[in-house]
Amino acid sequence: MWGDPRRTRRALVIICLVALVYVAVLYWVEGSYYHSMITLVGIWAAMGISWNILSGYGGMISFGHASFFGLGAYTVAILFIQLGITPWIGIPVATVVGVVAAVLIGIPTFRLRGHYFALAMLAYPLALLYIFEWAGYQEEALPKRDDASLAFVQFTDHRIYGLLALALLVIGLLVSLRIEQSRFGLSLLATKQNEPAAEAAGINTWAWKMRAIMVSGAIGSTVGGLYAVVLLVVTPNTVFGVLTSALALVVVLFGGVGTLWGPVIGAAILIPLSETLRAEYGAMLPGIDGVAYGAAIIFVILAAPDGIFWNVRDWLIKRGWYTRPGSEGIEPPAAGTSDAEKVEQLSSMRRAEPAPSGGATMLEVNGISKQFGGLRALDNVTLSVTEGQILGIIGPNGAGKTTLFNVMNGFMPPNGGEIRFLGESLVGKKPHQVCARGIGRTFQVVRAFPRMSILENVVVGAFAGSKDDDEARALAYDALVQVGLADMAGALASGLTNEQFRLMELGRAVASKPKMLMLDETLAGLGAIEIERLLDVVRRLRESGITIVIIEHTMQAMVRLADEFVVLDHGAVIASGRPDDVVKDPAVIEAYLGKKWMERAAG
Amino acid sequence: MSATQIFLENFLQALAVGIMVGGIYGLMCLGLSFIFGIMRVINFAQGDFMMLGMYAAFYLVTGFGVLSFMGPYVGPFAGAILAGPILFVFGFYLHKFLVSRVTGIRVVSAEAEGHYAQLILTLGIALILQNGALLLFKSQPVSIRTPLSIRAWELGPFMTDGMPVLFNQSRGIACILAIAVALGLFVFMRRARLGKSLRAAADNPEAAIYMGIDVDRAHRIAFGIGTAITAIAGGLVASTISFQPYVGIEFVVIMYAGVVLGGLGSTMGAFMGGMVIGLVQQMSTLFLPHQLQNTAIFAVFILIMMFRPQGLFGRTSERA
Repeated sequence: MWGDPRRTRRALVIICLVALVYVAVLYWVEGSYYHSMITLVGIWAAMGISWNILSGYGGMISFGHASFFGLGAYTVAILFIQLGITPWIGIPVATVVGVVAAVLIGIPTFRLRGHYFALAMLAYPLALLYIFEWAGYQEEALPKRDDASLAFVQFTDHRIYGLLALALLVIGLLVSLRIEQSRFGLSLLATKQNEPAAEAAGINTWAWKMRAIMVSGAIGSTVGGLYAVVLLVVTPNTVFGVLTSALALVVVLFGGVGTLWGPVIGAAILIPLSETLRAEYGAMLPGIDGVAYGAAIIFVILAAPDGIFWNVRDWLIKRGWYTRPGSEGIEPPAAGTSDAEKVEQLSSMRRAEPAPSGGATMLEVNGISKQFGGLRALDNVTLSVTEGQILGIIGPNGAGKTTLFNVMNGFMPPNGGEIRFLGESLVGKKPHQVCARGIGRTFQVVRAFPRMSILENVVVGAFAGSKDDDEARALAYDALVQVGLADMAGALASGLTNEQFRLMELGRAVASKPKMLMLDETLAGLGAIEIERLLDVVRRLRESGITIVIIEHTMQAMVRLADEFVVLDHGAVIASGRPDDVVKDPAVIEAYLGKKWMERAAG
Repeated sequence: MSATQIFLENFLQALAVGIMVGGIYGLMCLGLSFIFGIMRVINFAQGDFMMLGMYAAFYLVTGFGVLSFMGPYVGPFAGAILAGPILFVFGFYLHKFLVSRVTGIRVVSAEAEGHYAQLILTLGIALILQNGALLLFKSQPVSIRTPLSIRAWELGPFMTDGMPVLFNQSRGIACILAIAVALGLFVFMRRARLGKSLRAAADNPEAAIYMGIDVDRAHRIAFGIGTAITAIAGGLVASTISFQPYVGIEFVVIMYAGVVLGGLGSTMGAFMGGMVIGLVQQMSTLFLPHQLQNTAIFAVFILIMMFRPQGLFGRTSERA
């Protein structure tokens, strides 16, 4: 559960335990061979964490984490060899190099999605590999400094390298935990699950992705720097090679993607396995370790396609040895007031702010046009929304209603025209910026974050209107109270009914403290009773001071809800005004019922 | 001779090599496009399928000498073509027993549409193939010898006291065969009943099922064809370079670059994409040091994805 202090405490305890076990094993086994193996477990677990932050939490699969690893390794090696700078300084410099590389890689590559992103990432380390080979860095050996071994991080006792790797691993775990438990993690998760919805809920997806790759790059390069110190030799193939990128992702995929412990589990199993196989059989049967390694990976992925973390956890839950934190239910953050009182309180609070019936113009759409190739989806649309009103935008299928919303909240730029909200132009603004200015929106096809709880879904919306995470949580809870889903706050979003989905999405939009809400066919697919309940919620939101623009193509419900209608047909406004007048307008009847019907009715 | 003339000669020579190499790359990419472009499976083992094709041709021609009766001129090319059916069977069953369990309609609802599982599975397959090949074939580099690889056709010279443009005969024939195989495949996909059902299963698996197409079988066949085509390309390459079990990884990026360049889902595009990659690789040697020719490929690859994500020849602008 996000933002749950109990989970954080538990994770911290486990991190301490894992560190203790690591140290115990390190000092229990004998021989530098085993000490190196344990060091490698720490190094690859930390590298897995680096990959997991970008690709597990952020969902942007990278085949190119060797870029960071290799740049870090070469930074340490070159500083040491050419300038005599100790790795104690070299490694922090490598961290900075990793951040810079992450920015340089992220800026162009975030324009790509899915497979394309993954493949583009593959190209960077290979390009670097050839560049370093060409530049004459085929084999950089760190010189021996027996005179000042501590100052140059050179130890005859290999266990010390193990401790350094452990330190890095613990830092990585703490960073991961911090991300998981803050709005950073939840924003990434929302972006991964549904990027447009996250944008519309006020999340600056690009900025969070950028932060993710920066953290990821920093860790990756630091690990690479340590690797150079441990192995003493850096070659382009070992640090930039495809296998380096592959290992970073394999340990995570094997252990569990997007989990705190996945990288650790994966590295703890796979690294000793492959090292042992290589040592035992490598000389006699070269390649046998790789074959066994590959077979192990295939076996596990077929048995546990999401990584073994989840299987272990499910097994523990079944045995009753583990409970999912937060599954016991959600405590309302502010005790004392009942939910019913709260609704009242919230409504009156908002009502006290601006006068709902003020009659001031809130939103002005002036001559908006939008073309897709030869199709004019919006043709010179002009309308205005008065503060405190419910404006219904109606029209037959394909009239351009959703396109109008998409243009208004920044999903697509108009080909011409002006949109002003409270006097400020919205043209060219991104969805999250539009949201930050006080416009919330829902979608025709509900865009939920299926693997998150209802409360978490709504918290994502609350980030836009809150400074810290506690405030976001409180706002989200209030929003759930307003839409009547407070008792289900902890349930997973994937199992909801259509009506609950709509309410949850409404809650997510409300949580951003909008001045205006744009609802896209919120009533679609609902039964008569459900429609009534939803209409009540919408009316209540209006009473609390939120201006509402709603799209519908069914007239009946809208006539009772809206103060004013705008009718679209073939992308153009064909009528607007009070509902009673609009439904009698011949042009509207024609658009809805067809010319033939009119002629027949007249004749 | 002036500097311009020398540059012009070098340019023509690079163009000639680029077209010949590009034809073979095109065939490789065509194979991958069946697997990545049509089924959207990111297959890390594609380079190793190619490696298997190389070794299949090698053992047919040199190792076991099955084809020695054909002589040094026809044998190597017959071996390359025969690698196709052998690897088709391999790919068909690989899909049936392993790949199908993490691909297709049933995994679309899984997180990231099952990509994680596909990635790790094909990585596992790649590891087994590379290292298994190391066990079986040893790490010693081998090559398929043909007297043609040291002979060249000459064109020109175009200028007085200039050098003629050289076409390596082995490469030239490999390129012509690659184009012939590619053309045969286009005709098959357009005309043959099986080809049409493969395309239908690729465009919209669900609709294809409703139309009575056995989509699982279609995917198996497509995977087999993709494997076979890349293997043939491998067999053709094998007569021009020496190779060892890890050779595949060098070609993986070239193949993906070509397929993306050509536009996902477009088989013709994939071939052209591979051709462009070959040309870029060879042309870059005119301006860049020899070691950086692959860096030039990656640079072009990234630029194309930035500015024309649908590829040079793709129809849709889908990026996911």
